[in-house]
Amino acid sequence: MELDSLYQEVILDHYKHPLHKGLSDEKSVQVHHVNPSCGDEITLNLIFEGDVVQDVTWDGVGCSISQASASIMSDLVHGKSVEQAFLALDAFSELMSSKGSIKGDDAILEDGVALAGVSKFPARVKCALLGWMAFKDAALQAREKEQK
Amino acid sequence: MSSLDVAAIKADFPIFQKRMRNDARLVYLDSGATSQKPAQVLEAERFFYTHHNAAAHRGSHLLAEEASTAYEGARATIAAFIGADSDEVIFTKSATESINLIAYSFSNTQVAPFVLTAGDEILVSEMEHHANLIPWQQLAKRTGAVIRWFSVTADGRLDLSNIDQLINERTKIVAITHQSNVLGTIPPVALITSKAHAVGAIVVLDACQSAPHFPMNVVELDVDFVAFSGHKMLGPTGVGVLWGRASLLAKMEPFLFGGSMIETVTMEGATWASAPRKFEAGVPNMAQAVGLAAAIDYLTNIGMSKIHQHETELTQYALDTLQTIKGLNIFGPLDTIDRGGVISFALEGIHPHDAGQVLDQYGVAVRTGHHCAWPLMRKYGVAGTTRASLYLYNDRSDIDALAEAITATQKYFKVS
Ligand SMILES: Cc1ncc(COP(=O)(O)O)c(C=O)c1O
Repeated sequence: MELDSLYQEVILDHYKHPLHKGLSDEKSVQVHHVNPSCGDEITLNLIFEGDVVQDVTWDGVGCSISQASASIMSDLVHGKSVEQAFLALDAFSELMSSKGSIKGDDAILEDGVALAGVSKFPARVKCALLGWMAFKDAALQAREKEQK
Repeated sequence: MSSLDVAAIKADFPIFQKRMRNDARLVYLDSGATSQKPAQVLEAERFFYTHHNAAAHRGSHLLAEEASTAYEGARATIAAFIGADSDEVIFTKSATESINLIAYSFSNTQVAPFVLTAGDEILVSEMEHHANLIPWQQLAKRTGAVIRWFSVTADGRLDLSNIDQLINERTKIVAITHQSNVLGTIPPVALITSKAHAVGAIVVLDACQSAPHFPMNVVELDVDFVAFSGHKMLGPTGVGVLWGRASLLAKMEPFLFGGSMIETVTMEGATWASAPRKFEAGVPNMAQAVGLAAAIDYLTNIGMSKIHQHETELTQYALDTLQTIKGLNIFGPLDTIDRGGVISFALEGIHPHDAGQVLDQYGVAVRTGHHCAWPLMRKYGVAGTTRASLYLYNDRSDIDALAEAITATQKYFKVS
């Protein structure tokens, strides 16, 4: 079924056992993002040290796609420099806008390539991007804070 | 069995010939969002454009005259449908615009009963669509008035226990839905209206989910304003209706200004035409109004009472069928008393968005999400629901298809 390209086993695993879910006590920045069309929400805590993502934790409610994607993202950016994390972010955004034409580079995106099928379902792309956009926002805010 | 010949009705709607994903037939259970259109409506719009198209109420040529006649004829059809006078029927682009029109006109008008001051109260309910909530929140902001609301009970009814506190001498507006677009609940409009009128409040009825589904008469309802959208009742998008009591429309200031709505204009100022023209600035949505009139002719030919009876039977069948599914929980009343054919539910362990996605694989079109009723979702502690909404072209086979697809969804996500 066409659906299997959307709901890969990896995604359902992340959905049932999300990584880094549950907010840390400390944080450099906290952001809260919503998907106004469906009501899904995510709160994300980011801890930065120097230029490195020390910790990302999150909590929220959402569909399997949004939850799995947040789980994959948080694991991926852990311990990475902001440059590396943004590289992955760009690669993921490109994958999501590809309408199924590319598979994604698993060297950069790791489990994130399992979400490639989402790009064939335009209504779900926003779900997949929710956590990533929250991270991007948090990282930009954290940077701005440091430069002050 | 059903009082309607659903097969014959379905045949009037070209969209039912469409094949959905996996070559499934279309099981359309999303009429609460927008209804499908019969060929008669599509043809009426096309006929207007091919034979009568011109700007209504302007120009002296034959086409302008025909366009005006068609547009005003549509108004008369709608007026008859709700038991009103033609002059009380205002065409808008949607129910959303209709409600905004009232809310803005309130702040533009300096005579009673339109003047709101700090501490005045606007009463709504917790089950309102955003379209019947946010315009009032904004009016409150502009005037210093306060928003109050009826709560919703666990079984999806309005909590009337504090009605006599909620409706008091400070209450100026009561804006209430005629049928919840999430729960299907029909609130006791007559009771609320009589109490509101006793304190001199204006009653605004959001009839988006009622006008398409059961007979409605504004005189019997005794409310002051009624708003509904054409696209939910077999009509085109881009046309809505606002009905207002003539005595109020006469006093009420407009909120859109421009061509058509004036009586005289100088460089310094202008005076207004009388209602309904005063509220219809610009070249009107003629083809859409004509399409809506064709939709209403279609509905009245079948008979609103028969449609209502059909939907009530089908709603009961759907409630009974869905309740046999383990792990499925219905929000809202479980019987058809004061309840229409809108059924929201949750599937344990499956987010509505995921449920909707799998149902789509079987050609089953439902709505998922917060249904523009976010406060109600908060009340029930959910991010959203899955909603099936029924109309005259649905029958038991659609409910059976929904139930089968739900079971398949549960299998897919391994929750059953
Ligand atoms: C109860 C209710 N009120 C208002 C609206 C707004 O209607 P429209 O979007 O056509 O203006 C809707 C439509 O979703 C509705 O269901």
